[in-house]
Parts: sequence; structure tokens; C-alpha cells
Amino acid sequence: MATTAKKSVNVNVRYVTRVEGHGNIVVNVKNGKLEKCELDIVEAPRFFESMLLGRRWDEASLITSRICGICAVGHASASVLATEDAMGIKVSEQTERLRRLNVYGETIQSHVLHVYFLAAPDLLGVGSVVPLVQTHPDVVKRALKLKKLANDMCGIISGRKVHPISMTPGGFTRIPTAAEILYIKERILDCVGDVVATVDLVAALAGKLPNFTRETEYEALYCPDEYALYRGTKLITTDGAECSNRDYKKIVKEKVVGHSSSKHVSNKRSSIMVGALARFNNNWKQLHPKALEAAAKLGLKAPCTNTFYNNVAQVVETVHSAYKALEVCDELLAAGLKDETPEVQVKAGRGVGLTEVPRGLLVHDYTYDDRGVITDANLIIPTGQNLANIEDDFRKFVPEVLDRSQEEITLGLEMLVRAYDPCISCSVHMLDVKFVG
Amino acid sequence: MSAKPKLAFFSFASCEGCQLQVINCEDELVALLGAVEIVNFREAIDERRDDYDIAFVEGSITRPEDEHEVKEIRERAKILVAFGACATIGGINAIKNFQPQEKVSQYVYGDQAATFPSYPARPVHDLVKVDLKLHGCPISKSEFLEACKCLLAGKQFTVPNYPVCVTCKLAENVCLYQKGMTCLGVVTRAGCDPMCPTFGNKCIGCRGLIDHPNVNAAFDVLEDLGLTLEEVTKDFTMFDGCHKEITEKK
Ligand code: SF4
Ligand code: SF4
Ligand code: SF4
Repeated sequence: MATTAKKSVNVNVRYVTRVEGHGNIVVNVKNGKLEKCELDIVEAPRFFESMLLGRRWDEASLITSRICGICAVGHASASVLATEDAMGIKVSEQTERLRRLNVYGETIQSHVLHVYFLAAPDLLGVGSVVPLVQTHPDVVKRALKLKKLANDMCGIISGRKVHPISMTPGGFTRIPTAAEILYIKERILDCVGDVVATVDLVAALAGKLPNFTRETEYEALYCPDEYALYRGTKLITTDGAECSNRDYKKIVKEKVVGHSSSKHVSNKRSSIMVGALARFNNNWKQLHPKALEAAAKLGLKAPCTNTFYNNVAQVVETVHSAYKALEVCDELLAAGLKDETPEVQVKAGRGVGLTEVPRGLLVHDYTYDDRGVITDANLIIPTGQNLANIEDDFRKFVPEVLDRSQEEITLGLEMLVRAYDPCISCSVHMLDVKFVG
Repeated sequence: MSAKPKLAFFSFASCEGCQLQVINCEDELVALLGAVEIVNFREAIDERRDDYDIAFVEGSITRPEDEHEVKEIRERAKILVAFGACATIGGINAIKNFQPQEKVSQYVYGDQAATFPSYPARPVHDLVKVDLKLHGCPISKSEFLEACKCLLAGKQFTVPNYPVCVTCKLAENVCLYQKGMTCLGVVTRAGCDPMCPTFGNKCIGCRGLIDHPNVNAAFDVLEDLGLTLEEVTKDFTMFDGCHKEITEKK
């Protein structure tokens, strides 16, 4: 330790790679003392809340899915849920099932992309998936096969994964055929071996994940019927806090900080964490038995406070999503696919839509006037909620690794940021300050 | 271009969905990686080099610092491709162009608004010369692959200059106007299969207006519906807010 006491480190990573959006890591240690420790969000702000003002109820999900290519289905889900909440629109069981299937598809797509393309290269000691095409062709082939399955699921259900077309308040503008659902089911069955192989691959690599733990408050949506992804009935945290969907601000407290075009969020502690690990820590008992088996194999046990295990929790959720998607396909096929037209009675009011996107809790909160035009909007994105937690992690992580070389510290910090799978272009939005004029 | 052509991807104000579409070419990705060298793609790889031949630029320009960066990219690239609606026409970002920027910033950032300067969204060709435009929000995977093939072979790549209605009729869709909906397919550039009407939803104009809509619009459809060109183009505010004709009308 004597060597680290006087150590000075200057980490300045401009644009962290293999994350979605633009973020910089700035860490300064002078004479062994941590002076600066920030994840600067330098993404161009896009002002989506403002863009929603004056737009109609049937445009909101089409606009907001464009916040993020990776979580487009999630944004469309939260958006239609908010509009339906505001106007008291009830949807059919078939619509619920199709939406859940779509969300399972997006969850698999996003987690596979993150685990294989963005996180695994670190564990295999390369800079991207490209060299793996030569050295690990089977791994790349499997990743692409799983990704394609997930994209095709969303494509069949809502036209496109980036960006869904037929998901609309009240239901879908096109209902898939039974043959298409059967096709999805067969494709998932064909991928079961690949899902198992993914678990084995990550189980073999998990030993390389840094042993870094820091207790924080984990926040997730809760649904009595299932492990909450598409929707839930209340918000819960591992500190025992809970609130109804509409009262989300009781737990999700936002503030603007100067070095970030994305606001920070916390509850009672200085930070809060959302995402796969947070969902696992709160709701693991509701996982599909096959996912619980995978968790055991991967050594993931709640409560897990190692941020790097977020990747492991993503694999567990991939297994869960694949098996739950199979169940939903069977339910849809047993009930038969019915042609339905979305029924919407335009009404004034406020509505809140909460959903769990791959990176964590997403909030859409709209107020409509009696013409169905948005007069107020607030959006809270998962990465925004995690930013304060990432910086708190930095503060504990850096002193623990000060004896390493500057390169190793930098890589460790980059891996830490990537573990969150941050979606920076999403998080760039802001506050619910009243629109004046 | 002697050795493998070098490709680079950059993004400005965008959702990175167009870059994601590249990674979503699951069947072709390995072959593509064999034919080209990707030297800059922040979303997926660590390597960053400036010796690229073809630059794909995603996103709109909304800040002074972006201008400098896009000009640098232009200087380095032999071919610059505007990649997706944000880059070709301003896209979804241009919705904010209809509102005064101070109000936009204040609504989102409150009294911290001044910390995050931004101006109305501009398409890439507003700042630098663009050699090729790939339309759509997001870009079409097949168009992207076709454009790559053409660029590698030194062939001309062209995009359709007829409206979505043409392909919609070929797909034998029931026209959405018959169902009481509106649709921008009459004036929007085709080339998307036509995704939205096929999935029962209106075309929202993501591929931008056809050149000279007053000549090329689907007048037969308009006539059947008893609509005028003006009535249809006034709805063109979701993606094409930068279009001079539209902004002037506002
Ligand atoms: S054009 Fe659409 S898909 Fe492409 S970056 Fe812009 S918002 Fe995203
Ligand atoms: S107006 Fe729309 S739905 Fe009708 S034919 Fe044209 S593209 Fe198709
Ligand atoms: S139908 Fe219109 S909105 Fe839909 S993809 Fe084609 S051009 Fe874009």
C-alpha cells in the first residue's frame, strides 16, 4: 500500500466505446487522493419531452421509440401504457400476450448484443467482436443466430424492432397469424441449445469478472403475476421502499448535474441502481425454473452486490425470456389469433406507463387535453437513474485498484461502465419543469 | 481503393438505431466484415482510426461542436454517406424546430438550460457535401447492403423517386384512407417495402418527401380521395421539419 499512497492517476477516456451513446470517464487521483471522479455525458441533448408537446395520442409511441434504437420496443410499450392509463383504455388478453412476446424479443436481442458484442470481448482480451470472427467463429455464429431470432420475433409482432410500427394505444394495427406465432415458437425451440451454450460460455468466463462489491439500493418494477418486464403494478426497492406506479417520484428523485446532459437519480442513499441485476435482486423468485437453474450454474445469488454481475443477470434473463416466450406462444396458439381493432375514446387526463427495458425501469408520464394532445410530458430513462450509482462505484473501485497500472485502472473503469450496458442517447433528456407560455 | 476499403461510422444527435441496423444484418455481417475494414464504430469496437475511405454519418447536427467534427469527417472521407432520416432530412429531431429553442431547453433542463446549448436540428448536407443519402428511420438493411455493394464496385447507387403508394399498391394493401386513417405515402419516397401500411399503420414520412412532389406525388390516390397536395404535406411535421417548404409554411 505504501506505493499507492503517493500515487497519481489521470484517466481521461473520451467516448467510451462499446456503449450506446457518447460518454467520457474522468478520474483524477493526486498523491493517493481521489480528486475527481465523473462519467461525463456529452451526448447531444435531444429534448424529447419538449418534442411531445402538442403531438397527438397516436403519435406518442412513434416519436418516443426514436429515443433509442436498442430499447425501441420498451419505449413504445411505456408510451402506449401511459396513454392507455390516461384515457382509461383496456386492452385484450391477446394484446397483452403479443406485447409481452415483443418485450421478451427485445430483452433477448439487447442482452445478447451486450453480452456477446460489448462485454465478452473484454473477458476474451480483444477490442471488439471482429477478431472473434477468426478466433471464436462458433461464438459469433451463435450470437448472430440468437440476435436474429429476437429481431425476427419483434419483426413479426410489430413490423420492426427498430422501430415498432403496429404497436399502438389500444392494441395492434396488425395481428400476426397463427402460422407466424408457430414459426416464432419453432425458431425459439431451435435456439434452446444456443441459450444453454450461452450460459456455459458465461459460466466459464465469470471467474474473470472483477471481484468488486458495493451495496446500493436496487429498484425494480413488481408484478404479482410474473417477473416484471412488460408491466408491473408497483415499484419496489431492496431497501424496502415501495410506491404505486403513478407515485414513482417518491422513489425516483431527479436532479440536474453540470457535467452531464442526463440528470442524476437517487432515493434515500446517494444513488440507486436499475437493470437486470436490480430486477434479479428484487424479483428472482418469480424467474422461470430454467432461469433459476442457470443462475445457480452461473453462481448468481440474491442479493448480489457485484456490479459486474449485471452481465450474468442478463444471461439469466435471456434464459427466462426464451422460456416465457415459448409459454406465451402456446397460450396464443391455444386461444387462436383473433382480428381486433384498437378501440380508443380520446379523453383528457394524466397517465403513467412504467416498464422494465433491458437496462432497467423506464417511465413515461403524459398529460393529455380533451383533444388527445399532449400538454405535459416527463420521461425517466434507466441509464439516467444509474449515473449516480456508476460514479459511486468509481469512488469505491479506484482506491481498491490503485496499485495497478494506469492502463489496467482505465480498462477496469471502462468495463465497469460497460457492465451497466449504458444507453447514453436514451438518457439524454430531462426534467419535469413546467412549460411556460 | 486497393486493399479492403475502410469504413467508419459516426453519430450525432440520433438514437443510434441506424448503426444498430448494420449489426442487425445478421446473415451478411460476417461477409461484410470480410470485404471491408471497419476502422471506427464507437458503438461496437474499440479501434479508432482516421484513415477511412467511406464515412457513414448518422444523426442531425444540433451543436456548434458537432459542426467542427462533421467538417473534419468530410475532409478525411473520400465518400460521405448521410445515414438515416436524422442525417438526411433532420428526422425526428426536427420536431423541436417548430418550437423556440429557449422554450425547448427550459422545458427539459429548467434553470440549467444554458449549460446544454443546442440549436434547431440540421441535416448533414446543410453543413458539408454529402455523396450519398440512405433514407429512413431507421435505414433499410437491404438498401444499406445494396449501397455497400455499389460503393465497393464503384457503381452508381440510386434511390427511388416515386411515392410509397406505388409499392403499397403492388403489395395489395387496402389503402388506409379507406379505413378512415391518414397516410403520407402519397408524397413520401418509396424504398421501404412499404413497411407501415403493410403493418396497418400510416406512413409517417420517415424517408422524406419525393423530389418535386408537385410532379411526382401519387395524384391518382389523391384524386380518389378528393385530397390536395397541400392537405397532405401539412402533416409532414414528424420527420421533415427541416424541409424549406414546410418550415416556411409554418
Ligand atoms: S434516423 Fe431514426 S433510427 Fe436512425 S438514428 Fe435517427 S432516430 Fe434513430
Ligand atoms: S396512401 Fe398510404 S395506404 Fe394508401 S396507397 Fe398510399 S401508401 Fe398505401
Ligand atoms: S411507410 Fe413511410 S414511415 Fe413507414 S418506413 Fe416507409 S417511408 Fe417510413
